[in-house]
Amino acid sequence: MSDNKGTETERTETKGTEVQKDNDEKRVGVFVCECGVNIGGVVNTKAVADYIGTLPGVKVTSVNKFTCSDSGQADIQQKIKEHNLNRVVVAACSPKTHEPTFRACLEQMGLNQYFLEFVNIRDHCSWIHMWEKEKATEKAKDLVRMGVERSKLLEPLVQSEVPVIDKALVIGAGVAGMQSALDLADMGFQVYLVEKEPSIGGRMARFDKVFPTNDCSICILGPKMVEVARNKNIKIMSYSEVKAVDGYVGNFNVKIEHKPRYLDVAKCTGCAKCSEVCPVEVPYDFNEGFGTRKAIYVSFPQAVPLRAVLDKENCINCKACAKACASGAINYDMQPSYTDLNVGIIVVSVGFKTYDPEQRHDFGYGLYDNVITAMEFERLLNAAGPTGGHVVRPSDCKEPVRVGFVNCVGSRDKATNIYCSGVCCMVTIKNAQLLKEKRPETDHTIMYIDIRTPFRAYEESYNRSRNLGVKFLRGRPVEVKEDPVTKNIKVRVEDTLAGEIRNLEFDLMVLATGIVPHEGINQIQQLLKLSKAADGLLMEAHPKLKPVDTTIDGVYLAGVASGPKDIPYAVSQGSACAGRAAILLKNRKAVTEGITAVVNPDVCVGCQVCIPMCPFQAIKMDEKEGKANVVKALCKGCGTCVAACPTGALEQSHFKNNQLLAQVKNVFRFQEVAA
Amino acid sequence: MSFEPNILTFCCNWCSYAGADLAGVSRFQYPANIRIIRVMCSGRVEPAFILEALNDGADGVLITGCHIGDCHYIDGNKNAEIRINNTKKALAKLGFDKRLRLEWVSASEGARFAEVVKDFTEEIKKLGPNPVKEVKINE
Repeated sequence: MSDNKGTETERTETKGTEVQKDNDEKRVGVFVCECGVNIGGVVNTKAVADYIGTLPGVKVTSVNKFTCSDSGQADIQQKIKEHNLNRVVVAACSPKTHEPTFRACLEQMGLNQYFLEFVNIRDHCSWIHMWEKEKATEKAKDLVRMGVERSKLLEPLVQSEVPVIDKALVIGAGVAGMQSALDLADMGFQVYLVEKEPSIGGRMARFDKVFPTNDCSICILGPKMVEVARNKNIKIMSYSEVKAVDGYVGNFNVKIEHKPRYLDVAKCTGCAKCSEVCPVEVPYDFNEGFGTRKAIYVSFPQAVPLRAVLDKENCINCKACAKACASGAINYDMQPSYTDLNVGIIVVSVGFKTYDPEQRHDFGYGLYDNVITAMEFERLLNAAGPTGGHVVRPSDCKEPVRVGFVNCVGSRDKATNIYCSGVCCMVTIKNAQLLKEKRPETDHTIMYIDIRTPFRAYEESYNRSRNLGVKFLRGRPVEVKEDPVTKNIKVRVEDTLAGEIRNLEFDLMVLATGIVPHEGINQIQQLLKLSKAADGLLMEAHPKLKPVDTTIDGVYLAGVASGPKDIPYAVSQGSACAGRAAILLKNRKAVTEGITAVVNPDVCVGCQVCIPMCPFQAIKMDEKEGKANVVKALCKGCGTCVAACPTGALEQSHFKNNQLLAQVKNVFRFQEVAA
Repeated sequence: MSFEPNILTFCCNWCSYAGADLAGVSRFQYPANIRIIRVMCSGRVEPAFILEALNDGADGVLITGCHIGDCHYIDGNKNAEIRINNTKKALAKLGFDKRLRLEWVSASEGARFAEVVKDFTEEIKKLGPNPVKEVKINE
């Protein structure tokens, strides 16, 4: 979210309208959670509570088995009433998951929710000091003491509501993004569906058949693509990319670049006459580089929109296509064009690519002609593929009889990616089945580490392969060589179940390459400020409870961009994103944090040091008064300006200097020890 | 008894705090010497907090934030980097610069968070206790 240009939206402060007066004596209640044995098994919670009870201002302490449970929360509420508490400290798990729960608990009792201080004694204490119970207990005392001291200085705040524009942007038109767009559109919201390729459809459009039912991929996807195109609430922006994003939940400003197709899409009919006359042939990316396409082409027969695109890099400027085009659509001078969108929510479904075995020449890929990837095999199987559905081997275009499959290429391997890509076992099982059914005389050997078939009908599909005569060999090839004369692939592999070395010869070997993030993911991640997980794919807000949310309000994740998934899972996530997003789109408003920077005009000297610190241009000079002024609607509450302010005129609400210093000064009991 | 340093740690809400949470969820054991204070962004950490902590006898101060380019607030961490480096320079004159460290830890780097803490704790152990403590005790 680069620069913010005048996206000021009025924030209305409606929630918790009454800010309590806060001149009273501070009466703190401290609630220590045992989290079953998660905390209680390591930290002596009673000792912590006893110690904290001796601190000034602490009126009551309580230890609960599960503070977040109904009875735990009832205990808090009862003690608020009994002791007239005005500050609550909960020492439990992570505020990132449980702070909202306890804030609501306070609100119910009429206490401002920002009077809660949350101390993490589980993730940051008991779980990481499992075998140091005494040290963990002492640490927990310190952490809770810091929290108590900070809590006394907490000030009431109000959350703001921002209006939500009831339009959605979906980035990536694979099956997950398409599902999201369709669901949102069917709920009546305007959806912009942006796709960087010339056609929507994504990876699924390239598959031949899909497991475990082996139905034709494009036969089930094609109608869905048409449905997307026909839906009057969806605006497809194909061959387009997101270039800039700013704003925040409810009001994102997005710049879309439409790459030039070098033809007028309104005039093009997709007849492909231009392709027929084009003299240039280049490897066909849609067929994984097998076969060729022309420099001007329609990406595949079922493409949506069914429009040609001119690949200017390979065009020789012969102008044959312009002559052939009956509708006069060709325009060689086309420039990129741009659209500025204003949307309330964003669904990110940017997909993946498969691991490229060429870089390390895994199992001879890139060195030997007859070692190919599963995606390449998929295109060979496809009736619309380069060979019309005849599986032949690249070296001599003969139909292979002995086919070897290697699983976990670029997955479950310390040298490449340690994670399991989840789908490759089934891809291999399906591919072997398909060829075996087409040509029963073929002989298939799947070399695997483990076979993973966790979902409905997967195990049955595996059994079916076995019954068809597909051989499963547990072991990874340790040596792969090419016979220089026959170009056959010779493999030495340890059969780890039989405990013997096997020497096998294949006519063709297929590598089940894993799922990896594609290059574009970094750009999207940085534009939207999303987090990335260790696998390089995008990270959800919570792995269990918020699987399609992100840490950015109003931005959701669907499909393989957030981890390996099969098609049903990706489609479910697409729908899930639509459902989550619809909450905001329907309510037309979102609640945002009350944490912002605040200027004390009495102290501000108008030095303007803070202004360039703010990446959101939220600080403006009040020229008349000569003081800095924070525009609340733009401030995201990072506090970077506050740290820069030389006079202390800027403060960050909820993270004020005195609040943080209270923690700093109470962190170690050095002074007590010294005294 | 061997010297057990007191280390104050600042974590930003979005990356390193979540990284510390992940270290916990993954049960990566690390020394019990640190105490974490959560801020929204590493850019919020004022040199005054660091000086205050060292003056109060903290043996080390660790600031953690998002990797450059990943900052939730675009470039708050870049400002943090400038500030911490300047603070380090000032501390160098007092021989305290090794007691301050800035590290980037993402939300997915639980293992790295544990490693950083282990490493910094070891380094502070080698440096020995904060001399301020002795001065204050003798006062």
